[in-house]
Amino acid sequence: VPSEDSRAATGDKLDSHEGWQPLRSGRLVGVDLIPVAHVAHALQRFGNRYLNRVYTRGEIDSCPSPSLPTGSPAASHFAARFAAKEAAFKALHGGDETSAPDARNEPFDWRTIEVLRRPDGSPSLRLHGRMRALAERRGVRHLDVSLSHDGDYAIAFVVGEAVSAGECNRS
Amino acid sequence: MIDDIRNVLKEHGRLSVDATSLGEESDLYAAGMTSHASVNVMLALEAAFDIEFPDRMLKRSVFESISSIRDAVKELTAGRA
Repeated sequence: VPSEDSRAATGDKLDSHEGWQPLRSGRLVGVDLIPVAHVAHALQRFGNRYLNRVYTRGEIDSCPSPSLPTGSPAASHFAARFAAKEAAFKALHGGDETSAPDARNEPFDWRTIEVLRRPDGSPSLRLHGRMRALAERRGVRHLDVSLSHDGDYAIAFVVGEAVSAGECNRS
Repeated sequence: MIDDIRNVLKEHGRLSVDATSLGEESDLYAAGMTSHASVNVMLALEAAFDIEFPDRMLKRSVFESISSIRDAVKELTAGRA
């Protein structure tokens, strides 16, 4: 698995900070809800192996330490980020008529969908590798995410806009 | 091997049915396994069989049934004494 640093060094990323122009055609949408307890279980049972297979270094550093005692906010934060990755995956694959029927069965690295924090604290998405390539193929110009967690659950909602490859090439 | 896989699924798969009675070809996603649960199953399989799933195997079809998991584990443990 290539390290996050090595991917970043090649510039192989798509960053919603970069101010793409919203377009009129091809709305993308995805949502995911996850019980915080499921993530707490994974953190407790698999620790760094779980963290390093699912989250980028930046995501790990931006969340409360998972080594804090049970009941800490770490599980909620990681759960919201996992939901964002799943919601983005759904948004990027939904209604993709140009993709092969088995597109959802391609190898998938959860770290290729990264949740960042803007200076104002709002979340944004950065795509790497296969997910970046998929977004470019679909002409994705705008992808936004909203996160929430309360009590037992965390949720993420992703919306985006895309144009066809033809429109994308003309723009 | 099959029993070990069933035990991993029972503990980490969050299935809506009993993993010990599930058919080897049954669709685990249809049985309730979420994508997050599949990550847990993958990590538990790595620990149970002392293996590491390479990137090319981190796809839906590898974890969709007991038999597909068995095939993957067999491939990753091939050649061991």
